[in-house]
Amino acid sequence: MQQFADLLDGLVFMPSRTGKLRLIAHYLETAPDPDRGYGLAALTGDLDLGPAKPGAIRALAEARCDPTLFYLSYDYVGDLAETLALMWRPPPGVNAAPPPLPEVVDTLMAAPRTRTPELLAGWLDRLDATGRWALLKLITGGLRVGVSARLARTAFAQWAGLDLHDVEEAWPCVRPPYAPLFTWAAGGEKPALADVAGFRPFMLANPLEETDVRQLDPAAYAVEWKWDGIRVQVVGRAGDRRIYARSGDDITHSFPDVAAAIDFDGALDGELLVRDADGAPAPFNHLQQRLNRKTVSAALLRKYPAFVRAYDLLQAGEEDLRPHPFAERRRRLEAFLARPRERFDLSPLLPLTAWDDLGRLREEARERRMEGLMLKRWDSVYVPGRPKGPWFKWKRDPLTVDAVLLYAQRGHGKRSSYYSDYTFGVWRGDELVPVGKAYFGFTDEDLRQLDKWIRANTTDRFGPVRQVKPGLVFEVAFDSIHPSPRHKSGLAMRFPRISRIRWDKPHTEADRLETLATLVEAGGGA
Amino acid sequence: MHARDWVKVTRQGIYVEPGDFHIDPLRPVGRAVVTHGHADHARAGHGATLATPETLAIMAVRNGGSLDGGDPLPYGERRTVGGVAVTLVPAGHVLGSAQVVMEYRGQRVVVSGDYKRRRDPTCPPFELVPCDVFVTEATFALPVFRHPDDRHEIARLLGSLAIFPERAHVVGAYALGKAQRVIALLREAGWDRPIFVHGALQALCDLYGAHGVDLGPLRPATAAEKAEMKGEIVIAPPSALADRWSRRLPDPVTAVASGWMRVRGRARQKGVELPLVLSDHADWDELTRTIEEVGAAEIWVTHGRDDALVHYARTRGLHAEALHLEGYEEDPSDATGGGG
Repeated sequence: MQQFADLLDGLVFMPSRTGKLRLIAHYLETAPDPDRGYGLAALTGDLDLGPAKPGAIRALAEARCDPTLFYLSYDYVGDLAETLALMWRPPPGVNAAPPPLPEVVDTLMAAPRTRTPELLAGWLDRLDATGRWALLKLITGGLRVGVSARLARTAFAQWAGLDLHDVEEAWPCVRPPYAPLFTWAAGGEKPALADVAGFRPFMLANPLEETDVRQLDPAAYAVEWKWDGIRVQVVGRAGDRRIYARSGDDITHSFPDVAAAIDFDGALDGELLVRDADGAPAPFNHLQQRLNRKTVSAALLRKYPAFVRAYDLLQAGEEDLRPHPFAERRRRLEAFLARPRERFDLSPLLPLTAWDDLGRLREEARERRMEGLMLKRWDSVYVPGRPKGPWFKWKRDPLTVDAVLLYAQRGHGKRSSYYSDYTFGVWRGDELVPVGKAYFGFTDEDLRQLDKWIRANTTDRFGPVRQVKPGLVFEVAFDSIHPSPRHKSGLAMRFPRISRIRWDKPHTEADRLETLATLVEAGGGA
Repeated sequence: MHARDWVKVTRQGIYVEPGDFHIDPLRPVGRAVVTHGHADHARAGHGATLATPETLAIMAVRNGGSLDGGDPLPYGERRTVGGVAVTLVPAGHVLGSAQVVMEYRGQRVVVSGDYKRRRDPTCPPFELVPCDVFVTEATFALPVFRHPDDRHEIARLLGSLAIFPERAHVVGAYALGKAQRVIALLREAGWDRPIFVHGALQALCDLYGAHGVDLGPLRPATAAEKAEMKGEIVIAPPSALADRWSRRLPDPVTAVASGWMRVRGRARQKGVELPLVLSDHADWDELTRTIEEVGAAEIWVTHGRDDALVHYARTRGLHAEALHLEGYEEDPSDATGGGG
């Protein structure tokens, strides 16, 4: 438990991806079995301990601490679990060794929920402050140490010297504490299971620029819409039904409606979307209501019914179709969807004779609520990763707005001496209201100049944030904009980035909130 | 007579009326007694300043080399000022730090200044003086502040160097006391490589050396090539970490040595990658143990989390009150004073 606690403590402060990978690798290298397997499962979110409620922590605190001192401390620290971890005091005489992670996990899995507080107190008595903090994080669910499941799998692959795609394929075949993975890492066989609806690493497309298009042969490519949902892989195998996100994460639990309709043995590649009242794909922020949920209410299922618009067939029964060209897979997909299927339909191909047609189609994308176009070579086989050449995505042009820099925040890691995170606003009447935040889209040289400008134009400081004198205009690019009651301006941008720094433009000529409001797509409110 | 009849609280801080002197006054006064050299306690410009010779030397360094009106009183020597017998006793906070022990008409009042109870290789340890009134600091007076063993924190720094051997490890540490203590603790842990120091630390490191605290080989970070500092330890004031100064370091891991680092949210907000819980102040256990051990019937709390400590002392049946002194900085990594 102590090593796992030290790992979490390191991760929670480490801003850089490579630094996180290094810390996880160090843990995998030095922690014993089966501890490291459980530790890894905690990071990937595969450890379901039936999370304890904050109320249980509060009750422990009240039982063991002076209430006045507890509330003064809680008020200062601001986090219930951390407060208890820091002020917990073992009764005199307790001198047992810290509990190993497997002991904690196995005991919690086996014990009834009503015993959790008593078990917890016993372990807290045996841990130091960092260990207590890690234990409370573990049992309250959601570690929030800035490590995604995919990053944890990447760390495992790098540490083991294995290909990430192979690791992603193997992952659904193992359960914590992943003994077969560690055997594999030590030179054993790759884990495989016959009756698991396994994951196939995705094939990805490269972005296409206008100038590249003309160099392609129209006859060699199939063209489809690029749907504005999330890419998923839907797999059925001997009654096992799963939905995977692009990261390889199993998201079946968020989409029981789609999962229930998997009545086949095979693997589809497609876009997960929700329907609007007319049965058409709804804007992305409707789909957002369904994402990242452990459980889904009946009301949400009714209001935002999900379906998959399929564009590839990777597996049919026992047959792996990935080595076949796209043309063949497409034919098989069309045959598969020839009869109507609940929750699955076909992404149509777009007729194309000349690239001019394509440019026209792309210009319609925004109006049709599409992200852009996809181009796939008819002869392309399905391979993991992002090979150069066979697939392209040609996104619609972003929207842009001229906004005024209002606040700048210091970055992290390599950027910690630079003001690199920018909050910008537009005019509402004669005041500037914040409309978004961006921290990329500029070069290192731009950053140096921006940092200099911010230091010279600071009007106020709040910890790592500086307020600046309005005077610098950014051209901000973003994919779309949606109504949002959580933002002061009432609008939220999707994927904002700095596209140009308008050193030349007076801030009084920046855009107005009314202009932004006209860019909200019809039906965009969720 | 009550102690409050001769020890008073004014806008300048604690005032001892029969001796006509202030303790750690916030503004220039005629006669000051200064507990230690941190800027918020040791302000220049007093008519006379009674302090340990080490504290006066520190004040002189910080004042550009000299100090007017210095009145040295070595540890343990007694001086009578207007009928008040004053003795300075080690406080274990930084080099030269002292508690002010005052005896007047059969009463003994001890003003702790800033103190800690644990061992520090750079200064003599805190001495317990039984008294009638104990005037204590309360910087870390919340039960969430329990500083771990110094060696544990130094081992975490060295552990990070082993995982990231190509990155400089820059430790933000207050220029007086903390910086020298971190260096001394590293030496005790066996780190014998040259340690790179920010220019603002050099004079005080030299002064510690002159007082017999061996810090081993130090090199100015400013004169070093970027590549030379890979895998090395650099010590700088906390304010330099996010400053343009830090751009000279090779992909640094940012550490800060401070008691405030115990609270993760606080460390994260400052962008610290490796928080080291190393404090020159008493933690909750040291504070509560001390107010019991001095055997005082009255506890006065000068600055910090007085609410929690006053509450605690009252639950132990002591008379306790907060003096509400303002002007002593809470968190020196935000500014330039204090000690953290």
